[in-house]
This record gives sequence, C-alpha cells and structure tokens, in this order.
Amino acid sequence: MSGQPFRLVSGGLVDRRQSLRFRFDGQDYEGFAGDTLASALLANGVRLVGRSFKYHRPRGILTAGPEEPNALVELRSGARREPNTKATTVELYDGLEAASQNRWPSLAVDLLSLNGLLSPLFVAGFYYKTFMWPAKAWEALYEPLIRRAAGLGRASGEADPDAYEKSHAFCDVLVIGGGRSGLAAALAAAREGKRVIVADEDTRLGGRALTRPGDADALAAMLVELAANPRVTLMPRTSVFGVYDGGVYGALEKVSDHLPEPAPFTPRQRLWKVIAHESVLAAGALERPIPFADNDRPGVMLAGAVATYLHRFGVVPGRRAVVYTSTDEGWQLAADLYAAGVTIEAIVDPRGAVAEAVQAGVVASGARRLIGARVVRALGGRALRGARVVDAHGQTVTLRCDLLAVSGGWTPNLALTHHHGGKPRWDEVLQSFLPGAPPPGMRVVGRAAGEGLAPLVDLPAPPAKGKSFIDFQHDVTAADIRLAEREGYRSVEHVKRYTTLGMATDQGRTANLNGLMVLAEARGAAIPDVGLTMARPPYAPVAIGALAGPHRGRDFRPTRLPAAHGWAVRQGAVFVEAGQWLRAQYFPRAGETDWLTTVSREVTTVRSSVGLCDVSTLGKIDVQGADAAAFLERVYINGWASLAVGRARYGVMLREDGFVMDDGTTARLAADHFILTTTTANAARVFQHLEYCHQVLWPTLDVQLASVTDQWAQFAVAGPRSRETLARLVDAPFDLANEAFPYMGAAELTIGGGLPARLFRISFSGELAYELAVPARYGEAVAAAIMAAGADFGICPYGTEALGVMRIEKGHAAGAELSGQTTATDLGLGRMLSKTKDFIGRRMAERPALTDPARPRLVGLRPLDPAARLRAGAHLVALADPADAAHDAGYVTSVAFSPSLGQWIGLGLLAGGPDRLGERVRAVDPVRGGPELLLEVCAPCFVDPEGVRLRV
Amino acid sequence: MLIPCPHCGARLSEEFVCHGDATRQRPAYDASDEAWTDYVYLRDNPAGAHREHWYHAAGCHAWLVVTRDTRTHQIIGVEVAR
Repeated sequence: MSGQPFRLVSGGLVDRRQSLRFRFDGQDYEGFAGDTLASALLANGVRLVGRSFKYHRPRGILTAGPEEPNALVELRSGARREPNTKATTVELYDGLEAASQNRWPSLAVDLLSLNGLLSPLFVAGFYYKTFMWPAKAWEALYEPLIRRAAGLGRASGEADPDAYEKSHAFCDVLVIGGGRSGLAAALAAAREGKRVIVADEDTRLGGRALTRPGDADALAAMLVELAANPRVTLMPRTSVFGVYDGGVYGALEKVSDHLPEPAPFTPRQRLWKVIAHESVLAAGALERPIPFADNDRPGVMLAGAVATYLHRFGVVPGRRAVVYTSTDEGWQLAADLYAAGVTIEAIVDPRGAVAEAVQAGVVASGARRLIGARVVRALGGRALRGARVVDAHGQTVTLRCDLLAVSGGWTPNLALTHHHGGKPRWDEVLQSFLPGAPPPGMRVVGRAAGEGLAPLVDLPAPPAKGKSFIDFQHDVTAADIRLAEREGYRSVEHVKRYTTLGMATDQGRTANLNGLMVLAEARGAAIPDVGLTMARPPYAPVAIGALAGPHRGRDFRPTRLPAAHGWAVRQGAVFVEAGQWLRAQYFPRAGETDWLTTVSREVTTVRSSVGLCDVSTLGKIDVQGADAAAFLERVYINGWASLAVGRARYGVMLREDGFVMDDGTTARLAADHFILTTTTANAARVFQHLEYCHQVLWPTLDVQLASVTDQWAQFAVAGPRSRETLARLVDAPFDLANEAFPYMGAAELTIGGGLPARLFRISFSGELAYELAVPARYGEAVAAAIMAAGADFGICPYGTEALGVMRIEKGHAAGAELSGQTTATDLGLGRMLSKTKDFIGRRMAERPALTDPARPRLVGLRPLDPAARLRAGAHLVALADPADAAHDAGYVTSVAFSPSLGQWIGLGLLAGGPDRLGERVRAVDPVRGGPELLLEVCAPCFVDPEGVRLRV
Repeated sequence: MLIPCPHCGARLSEEFVCHGDATRQRPAYDASDEAWTDYVYLRDNPAGAHREHWYHAAGCHAWLVVTRDTRTHQIIGVEVAR
C-alpha cells in the first residue's frame, strides 16, 4: 500500500488483490484493477499531468469522466501511440504506458510556459490580430511557431496495426446511459417484451450510482434481471456519439482499449450503426465549475469528481481540503472526506444561507464554514497551496489546502438532444437549460431531463484581475470573453468562434455554461437571452480508423476478379486496376525487359497471327421482351428495329443533355432478346440508366433487364488465325466460314463437345476477330482451351495495354474520349444519329453549340519526328499561334507506340479537327515541361482504314 | 436515414442512389427549347416536402418516388415509380 499513498485501505470498486503496474512519463507506479489512469495517478500522488494548450500552464485532473479538459495524455508507444487521450476515461491495465503532452523539455520545467508572461498578446482572436502582416510570413514563420508552441499530442505517424470493425444493431429501444434512470427505462421496456440495447461510455454500468456509497448495490438486482433477458443487450464501453435521421444512431464500442493489445481476431474498436424505433437519453448531468483566478492549479477539482475518486476508487486526491460549493451536495462531500481522514480546512459557500441540517454534517470536522463567501484566487504553482477567499463581510481570508473541491451545481447533459437542431429551453425554476425538442423518437429521462437536480444559484462573477479559466482545454479566460464582447462579438456563436470557447476536444462540457454566464454579465443580459451554443456530432471523439473500419489499404473497396483470373495469373500477367476490376495489363515473357517490348510483341502477334484477351469485365445486360427492340430504339442514337436475329451492331448512348454516355456492341439473339454490352467503367451506371428509362420514363414497354456481367466469361480471339483457332473448339455443325458467319454475326452454339456458348464476330482490334462467351464457371477452362487450340499458330494472351494500342491504331473512342464532354459528332459518330426517331439526348444534341463544326473533334495525331514520344494531355496549338490558354485548340487524349507504324501516334480532340486533316499543329506541354512537338493531323484510323481485314 | 422500400422494407439510405426531382415529365421531342432546358437543367430546391427519385441500387433495383421533407429528412411517402 505504501506505493499508493493516497489510496484508502478499503472502500471503492477497485480490486486491491489485483495490482497493475503502469508507467507515466518514465516513472513506474502501481494501481488496481478497476482504476482509471487518472485515479491511479491520484492514488500515487501524481497531480501535475499536463501543460495547457496556449500558456503551457501546469494542469492537473479536473474531472473523473469524459468531460475532462486537462488530463490529456499520449497513451501507448510506437505505432499504437494515441494522443489526446483523457486519463479519466483510460481503464488501467498492466503495463500501461502514458506520457504527458505539450511540454518541453519536461512536464515540471516547461520553457514555453513563458507564453504565460506574454499573455497580453495571447488574448481572444490573437491569431487574427497579431499575425496579420506580412502575409507570406504566415506559412514560413508564424504557423510553424504557433504549431509547436500551442498544441496537443503527437500522432504516431505510423500505420495503425490494429483492426477496426463496423457493425449494425437493431432494437426497439436504445437506452443511452446506464445509470439508475437508464436501467429503469431499459427494464420497463424489456418487461414489455421489447428488444433493448443499453449503451454506456463507462467501463461498467451504473452511472452516478458508482460514485455514491451503497448505491451500486441497489442497482445490482436491475442489472441481473437485464443481463438474464435475451432481448436485452448491455453495451458498456460504448459511447453513442451521434443521432442521425430515421432513428439511426452512431456508437463507438471500445472493445480492446482496456488491453495492452487487442486479442487475436478482435478489433480495437467497433463502430456501430444502431437502428432503433425509439431511444431513451439518460446521459445524466454535468457539474459546473465556479471560476476564480488561477482556478487551473493542479489540486483544484470538481467536487463530484472528488466524490467519484473517493467512493468509486478509494482515493483521496489531497490531505487538506477546501470545499467551495453552491450546493448541499458539497457539504456532504466535506463530511465524507473528513470521514476518510482528510482535514477539512474550510467550506466556502457563495449562497447567503445554508440550512442548519446541512451544516450539521460537518460540525465534527471542525471546518471553518464561510457562508456568503467566495474564492477569488487559488494559490500555488505546479501544485495547489491554498486559496484566497473574500468572506461575507468583505474580509480577505487566506486558507491553506492541497485540494480545492469546487461545485457550481449540476446541469443536464444535453448534447445528443441538439443533434437534429432541437434548441434547449430555459427552465426558470432550475435556472438551467433543459431538453427542448429532442430528435424524433427520443425521450429524455433522469438528471438529463432535470429530474432531481437542485436549482442553480447565481455564481460570483470571476474577478477582473488574474486568469479565471472558463475553457481549460483551450485556455479561454473570463477576460477573453469580456474582451470579445467589448469588441462587438455579441452573439454567443460569434464569441465561441472568436475565442474558441467550447471548441476543444471536450466540446466545452465544463465551459459552456460559465462562458454564457460571463457573456451575459458583460452584456447586462440574462443567460437565456444570450442563448446556448448547439452541440453537433460526434459527442465523443471518434478515431478516423474507426470510421474507416476494415475499408483501408487493399480492402478499401472490393476487388472483382474475372472468371479466368487464375488462368491469367498462371500466364504471368501483370495486373492493373480498372474500376473495381483487376485486369491483366500485359503478359511479359522471359527476356522482355520492359512493358513496351511485351505490349508491342502482343500487338504484333495479334496483327500477324492470333491473340486472346479476357474481355469479361465489359458490362453485359440482357434485354428481353416484346418491346425490347423498341426500348433500344429509345436509348441508343442509332436504329435497332432493323437488326436481324443473329446479328450484332455497334451502338452509342447519349445522356439526356446530348453528350455521349457510353458505347458498346449489342447483339440480337431472338426477336425479343438482345444482349447489350457496355464499357467496363460504365457498366453499373448504364444499367441504372436503363432501369430509369424503363421504370420511370416508359413503364408500359414490355421489356425486362438483367445485368449478366458476372454470369458470362467472354474472350476476344483476334487475328488472322482466329477462325482456325476457334474451328478447333466449336461443335459441328456450326460453320465459321465468312459466308456462313460474317462480320457482325452473333450466334448461340456449343463448344468443346456440348458446352453452351455465344459467339460474336466483332472486333476492337481491327483484325478478323471473335468474342466467345461461356458461362462464368467455365471461364478458366475455356481460356486454357483456346490457348491450346491456337498453340500451333503461336497464340499469345494479351492485356489491356495491347488492347489500347490496337484501338488507338484503329481510332476507336474509349475512356479518354468518352469524357462526358464529347458529342457523337465530336467522336466522328454523327452519321449514326437517327433522324427518324426520338431517343435519349437527341433534342439536346441538336442544340447549335453541340453541332458547331468548330468544336474540338476527334482526329489522329502523328509526330513528324518518328522518334518523338507523344504524351497524352499535351495541348494542341496552331503553328502561328502563341502557346497560351487563349489559343488552346484542343488536347491529346490517348497515345500509344504503334508497332504497326513503328512510331508513337495519338488521338486528340482538335477544334474543327476533321476539317484540318494534313495540317500541322504543335503539341505543347507547359505544365509538365515536356518538349514541344510538331504533329500532323490525320484521320483517326491508322491501320486498315477500309476495314478489309474485318471481313475476310 | 431509413427509406421504406415497398419491396425490401426499411433500408439505410446508403443502399440507394438519389436522382432528385421526380416531378418533371420528359417533354416531347418537338417541345420548346425552354421546356427541354427546364427538364434537363433546372431544379427547384424546395424547403419542405419534395418528391424525389431514389434507386435501390444495393437492393431490388427499383426506382422509387420518395416524398421527403428536405428540412427534417422525414420520409413522408414511398411508391414505386412505374
């Protein structure tokens, strides 16, 4: 016991048989199971725990709960270091390490406390006033200086090694706060058969009963009944931090914060989304400090906190106490402290009179009773030495003490009632704000509703001289608030922002009401006329890691793998992310030293023989119904009614504003059955759009839509030997001959002896090519079968890079050209625009500005120097024009090294482009600083412009 | 926010995509430029009850007309769009 000089021999809810070692600022201490870091520090006589934000003043522990403004520590070390943790809420565990923050070089000797001497400069709004000029000094000089001098703890700077989870919970009644009122409400609901969740931020349920001798036992029976009810979930260590729309509540469960490290497969914290029909707010009340000069000396504590340390933790935070209270409860505390062996120097009560019965309890202590008196200044530096009091007769009295317990009465904890904008109401009897309009479905009970609270009394105004702290965490004094008022900040919301009152991590729980009091006094107004600032979520700090949950790094979003992914892995593919998909980018072979060598080899193989590319990621939408063709007529710019069964057609869709949305090939498998493809990137958007067109615009059309992207694996088999390759796979009697199955043919058939498949003779590469679709579960096997069938022809797999090179060689528009800012005419597809039907986007596409031939339109671009490398994003400027924004004539959208031409080529959008074929333009790249190139404008199709190879 | 989908029951708003104003009717092709501009670009921003299209993207894929109070997010009514 000698190690814990301020611990009582008995009493409290700590387990004295379970000793826990911990370390604070390099010193070793012991505490007990059931302690918080704060109670264990106090038990060891450690009272100086931090330095203040702005003035670096020595600070001690003010409270015993989440409202703590002072005792912020860095918890743990290394990657698990967690700054700004409230020592009053940290559950002690064996081996805990913590360090004080915001001091240099040490907590006892902080050189930056010189800031206190400069305090006339550090008044309200000092950032705005002092560091105005010169403006450029802000980033270079002032901000780094201020950041070092004023601040909180340090982040670890390392990746968080722990896991975080997200979860949903559903209940009839969510009870927020597990004190007596909350448990009673939970029990009443549970007995009606309702599903109940009780959440409490404390480590154990009980609330204020834990801080009053004997009360905890009274709750035991309630807790037993609740725990036995399968419809009741008790969630300690869980703070409800936000109330959202429709009965959705955000809550944070600290699953493993009370352990050195989370157990295997256990998260550190769990973010809950609780969906509740109704909620009961039983958040209790907060104690109000009474401000006086130097009221932040370590040893000045809230009276309720002293009672908590005494009764819950068996700790006396001092040997010689002065109790400064405006409530009868404070007198009870004095009696309890005396009973615990503390000398009571005096009880100071600002009220004019105190009932004899209340005073009787402290007679035995022999304490001086200074009624109608007020504390004007705390004495001491790093530790409290005494208090200066002005008594009822105006005489100054100096008291000696190392503990000054302060209580200005209790006010309801309203924060969650504000989350839907519900303003509190002023209660004349209690002289306090009560819940006004809580969020829908929320009922407020117990002390949070003002039940059982004594009316607040007028407190003495903070003295004009000295620093009377109102907001401890942000170092906001009464003088700052008065100054703000003199400078014209009259609205409480403006005063808050100007002085930063109540804007620290504790959201000003101990500060807000006193701030109002000082402002009201300065304005000569009543507190309800000044108003109350509104609390917003989160009620308690929530780590970004908890909000991210498991969605970080590789798991930030799902990765979709095509059916033949395993095959591509075995082929040695290098993969690239394409939206959610992981696609094979290229397939390097031994001896190939860079990607360009590989890609060029893949292109050359396709153009000279045959290649295989997995195109399964393209969106596939099954369209069926008697009106399927009519529906396609309305969503595509070109015609579909005339498309024969067994044929495919390229189609373009516009948005309703006339710009191109997407393109793809759609095949007609039966009179009432089409299979439509989209680009990989737009698959979900196009499906949503088609559903909109069907369900909202034309619900009477007989058409059904189904996304079948994942159901079919699809492979492009491209190159002059593709027919011979496929001939080894398709079952008889299917005839691949050009006449039997011509370009743009589509068929359902079987391959490999009975496997159902679909075959489309379509080409993105510009070669004789097919796309073969099979049920996804056969994807891997069919890819391997195609490779085997083409082995004699030297077939190679090719990836998205070779695909891109060949489409640029052919001048096909793709992602970079389908930018949402291009029209069909811009892309050279104007001839497809039907003039005989209405379709989505037709009317707006016909606007003069969208049909202006001077718009940037698709062209091919070829550097005159065949060795020059063209870069996408370079801007196009006419030869005679200066290279500036005013003369910008367009830009390079896509580039590729064309093995077929032996040089870099590009596609671009050039003002009036198709009318400028043969002209020379400059490509300039001022932002990246690339070299200026001379380009020849040409038709976008570089290879086989007549399309002969497609039709052989 | 919870949206009571007529097919799936009350679901969190994250499952839905909001498409805005549901009061517009697509004009005929030969309607005036003003009618088309209004339909494509102009949207009211009422304070109070507002009919909006919501798509149950992570659910039944139904397009819904949700009547929502824009000030309180109260869902006043939900029906399928068709």
